[in-house]
Amino acid sequence: MSTQSSSGPAGFSLGALARRPETGTVIGLLVVYTFFAVLGGPVFMGAPGWSSWLNIAAEVGIIALPVGLLMISGEFDMSVGAVVPASSMMTAMLAGHYGLPAMIAICGGLGVGLLVGFVNGLIITRTTIPSLIATIGMMFAVMGLTLGFAVLIKGSTSVSYVPDPLTKSLLGQFINGMFSVSILWWAGFVAAYFWFLHISPIGNWVFALGGEKESARNAGVPTNKLTIGLFMMSGFSAAFVGVAQVMTYQQAQVAGGQSFIFNSIMCVVIGGVLLTGGAGSVVGIVLGTMTFTIVNQGIFFASLDPNIGSIIIGVLLLVAVLSNDTFRALALSYATRKK
Amino acid sequence: MADQAPILELQNVDKSFGPIDVLSDINLKVHAGEVLCLLGDNGAGKSTLIKTLCGVYTPTRGKILMDGKEVHFTRPRDAQEMGISTVHQFGGTFPLMSIGRSFFVGVEPTKGWGPFKRFDRKTANEISVKAVQDFGITRIDDGDRLVGGLSGGERQSLAIARAVHFGARVLILDEPTAALGVKQASHVLRIVNEAKKRGLAVIFITHQVMHALAVGDHFAVLIRGKLAANFMKGEKSREEITDLMAGGEDMATLEAQIAGEDTELHSPAHVRTSQQD
Repeated sequence: MSTQSSSGPAGFSLGALARRPETGTVIGLLVVYTFFAVLGGPVFMGAPGWSSWLNIAAEVGIIALPVGLLMISGEFDMSVGAVVPASSMMTAMLAGHYGLPAMIAICGGLGVGLLVGFVNGLIITRTTIPSLIATIGMMFAVMGLTLGFAVLIKGSTSVSYVPDPLTKSLLGQFINGMFSVSILWWAGFVAAYFWFLHISPIGNWVFALGGEKESARNAGVPTNKLTIGLFMMSGFSAAFVGVAQVMTYQQAQVAGGQSFIFNSIMCVVIGGVLLTGGAGSVVGIVLGTMTFTIVNQGIFFASLDPNIGSIIIGVLLLVAVLSNDTFRALALSYATRKK
Repeated sequence: MADQAPILELQNVDKSFGPIDVLSDINLKVHAGEVLCLLGDNGAGKSTLIKTLCGVYTPTRGKILMDGKEVHFTRPRDAQEMGISTVHQFGGTFPLMSIGRSFFVGVEPTKGWGPFKRFDRKTANEISVKAVQDFGITRIDDGDRLVGGLSGGERQSLAIARAVHFGARVLILDEPTAALGVKQASHVLRIVNEAKKRGLAVIFITHQVMHALAVGDHFAVLIRGKLAANFMKGEKSREEITDLMAGGEDMATLEAQIAGEDTELHSPAHVRTSQQD
């Protein structure tokens, strides 16, 4: 055992690094950043460039984290796109229309997310409806309810609310007039989800659940509770973004938020999470989110046709899925070689 | 062996799904340190019998006894808590998880305190690697390896080692050698022997007579849901057993099959039929 160089138990090697699924994402990130840095020049590499993509990354990123965890556990959540406007509408309605304290309004908004997540979880664990379909259904139902109540109560599709300075500074402020405070919240969410998935013992259950549900249940993992919990996390995170939007833009809109559905899934897949579940990492999801938003915003700095940005993202997605499969194959082949 | 109550005993067990009787009047005993080979062709009721033993189904009539006392399993967890562990054909493990992580799914070792408990990767890896190596699989030495990178035999061995580590007393192996080559299969058979030496009762489900004869002490043959034969090692010849498995029909075809089995025990046809199970 002492003579092994590349596969020793505690060894660190380039070979092992190359087999980590995040490696592909890092390469993608560097290529994309260099590409836009060359085209966008110093403006893109300076504070304006960084703030522009980080502000977007923070919002998508907060949602992509739990969406990624769900994907690792073998489920999809499409309802996040409806939870964002629903929670911001709830917050603006409670605080702006009914004049309740900001704290209660925020709790109300976050409560919407938790409730939608809980119902999603119930539907998926109690029925045989695949999560993709169940959460699409949920998305339309929540969208309809949001619009219905907004028109019923307010008679309009938007509600405005001017937050008090403290709330504004915590959730809707721009630091230096450029960097959204959400970026700090994103960092906090990343730390919390990293702990949950990779350090706490429960993280092991998430991987097992996505690996093989039946075996996980037989091994004693409370699969139903875990699934419901993960959907509630995703509802909560989406609602958090909705609440932060009210505090930032001082207004809640019935529409909007649908872009989060595909964007969050793309961030997650570019970040190396397997669509079929069972593998992925928080670091990968963060890197995927950064890559996605750099392309998204870099287009404007590079003064390219925005359609080219969509093409780049499309290609990136295909390459990501292909390389995820390749890295998985590499990781699996690692031990089968004869010594 | 006869002086002690059997670890697991079935008394007059029937299992029906609606009007269809899948198992009828099954009486079986397994003792500690004994390998019971459950033989039978596809559709003979082997799977139903295992599922009844491990708590997926409850018997329609009859009793299950452990150590002479009647037990009722309403879910797989009940059977597991009594020490009945099932290892499925493909090991029932998680291909994309590391050996250490998959070994401890559901019972993770932790470091730290209260809400700050951390998964103890080092301990998990050490214990899991040691457990597998104790069974003679010395090629596994790194707990960070992915389970999917192991060979079929190694995955089976890992699953068996896991069951034994967590205190299994009865090990149910569902066709562990069906999809394996000759070498890998002999790996698994050696591990079955090792488990037996450690005093476990092993129920070994197979339809490969050679594998059964290699490790079995006690044989039971199921034909269309009924126990067609129940005998100890050495009481019947291989030809008689194969004959029984095929239901005693069409001797000419049977003999051709037996001749075929000597030379092509692991022919693709075998693998294919077993996977349809």
